[in-house]
Amino acid sequence: MRREIPLLITGIAGVVFVIQYFIPHFPFNRLSNWFSDWFSIVSACAIWLGALNLIKISVEKIAYKRHDWGYSIIVVGCFLLMLFFGFIHWQDSREPGLPFIWMYDYVYTPLSATMFAILAFFVGSASYRAFRARNLEATLLLLAAFFVMLGRVPVGDVLTGFLPEQFQLSQVAAWIMNFPNSAGQRAIIIGIALGIVSASLRIILGIERSHLGGE
Amino acid sequence: MSRRIIEILVMASILAVTLMIYIGRRNDWFGIIELSTGASIVVILLLTAGLGWVMVRTIQGHPAERRMVFLFIGIAITVPFFMSLTQKMSVSPETTELMNGLEALPPGSRVLVTFDYDPASAPELQPMAESFFRYAFDHRFKVIIMGLWPQGPTQANQALAVVLADEKYKAMNLQYGIDYVNLGFQSGNEFVIQRIGSDFQSMFRVDFSGTPYDQIPLVKNIKNFSNIDYSFNLSAGYPGTREWVLIAVDRYGLKMGAGNTAVQTTGMYPYVRSGQLIGILGGMNGAAEFEEATGYLGKGTRFMLSQSFAHMIIIVFILIGNVAYFMHERKRK
Repeated sequence: MRREIPLLITGIAGVVFVIQYFIPHFPFNRLSNWFSDWFSIVSACAIWLGALNLIKISVEKIAYKRHDWGYSIIVVGCFLLMLFFGFIHWQDSREPGLPFIWMYDYVYTPLSATMFAILAFFVGSASYRAFRARNLEATLLLLAAFFVMLGRVPVGDVLTGFLPEQFQLSQVAAWIMNFPNSAGQRAIIIGIALGIVSASLRIILGIERSHLGGE
Repeated sequence: MSRRIIEILVMASILAVTLMIYIGRRNDWFGIIELSTGASIVVILLLTAGLGWVMVRTIQGHPAERRMVFLFIGIAITVPFFMSLTQKMSVSPETTELMNGLEALPPGSRVLVTFDYDPASAPELQPMAESFFRYAFDHRFKVIIMGLWPQGPTQANQALAVVLADEKYKAMNLQYGIDYVNLGFQSGNEFVIQRIGSDFQSMFRVDFSGTPYDQIPLVKNIKNFSNIDYSFNLSAGYPGTREWVLIAVDRYGLKMGAGNTAVQTTGMYPYVRSGQLIGILGGMNGAAEFEEATGYLGKGTRFMLSQSFAHMIIIVFILIGNVAYFMHERKRK
């Protein structure tokens, strides 16, 4: 029953969602709404589950002094601190000036932005090492990167300002994005969609069971 | 001295200088640091000379290591913040399309602004949010905010705080609940979009601060997407623009424009080309173009100088990498 019941729920929910897309009337709309509400409830619970799991893993790491356990102390400390600030003012904790939102604005926001900003360094380093004109395909990719990177910043038009407008780098970049890029993206989207349809059918029909932890 | 100690000393020095600048600015020890045009040109020449030196070393058979790339990128990103140089922004067709979509809306239009990102993407998306709010309030749109990412509505509040602190908008006496409202976050990803497509209140029983939906004048008569005139989605991933297009646009016919991180934008072009999205703003460049088009020059425009420098440095390093490849690496293989 541990396998049959989840398979039954998955199958029914999948079929209801497919049917209600084409027949959005009673009873399918009601069932679809009901399942959607349940999905929101499960998602909300998953947030808690994720947080608790993070704490469990971090505490275990500290307790057994595993590799880089010092970072886990910071994780647990910051988690408890934010939790404390969040709970002491409860519903009003997100009002401007209160500690929770102060921590969000002046600690969490700059730290997150800093982490993401490191991407610039990796892009620079990866471009330096990977963009080599080894063959025709790599050269095309290199040229596309060259034109798009220059065309997406104002300095590109400054460098090609003497050319007619349609040959300026911003226009060349726009052309690459709108035509070759769109064509490639469409192919990827169609491929992904076909893959999703196939995988979804297998899950709904119970052929694919790996999400239940089986083979 | 070991390499590790040198690294720690360099990091500590950078931290100390940053802290000193921050404390100095907070206490008005000095004014805004800004390099004159002449000094900026000198910096550019020094950077060019540095890159030339790296190129010469590469030709001599000593390719630059990764740290050298990091150093130049770091300089290219930080130094332009202090430069007084200006750049002329050109507005792309995608931004023009988005502006045309906005300009077609009459005053009083109900606009749904969805914040599907977290602080990591704020440098790219926050300037778009601020410009959008300025434009919306200037054109008397009624703004309804929500988010499918937990941090999204808080990002919206940050943008609102910046805009509403402006004297111009203070004078407009904009009322929460009448001119704008923040409905907050709802878990459930694309299921939330599908649900609010037929019943808004079912997903947002209360707003961000706990006020019941039917006590908020702006939204109490909004039942579903048919009561929304336009939607603007700010997205950094999943759930985001793609999910909004697939459900809100395709199924419910919502008119929608979007602002995405640069990484995500390339994947959205097919939706712009097909007309499912009415224009798109891509990354920092899109934010700067939007600021140029709306006339509210802000962080997007200011940060573009850094982006120009960074892109130039990366391109030069790609050239250096290819010089190394053709002169040395290929021969070795």
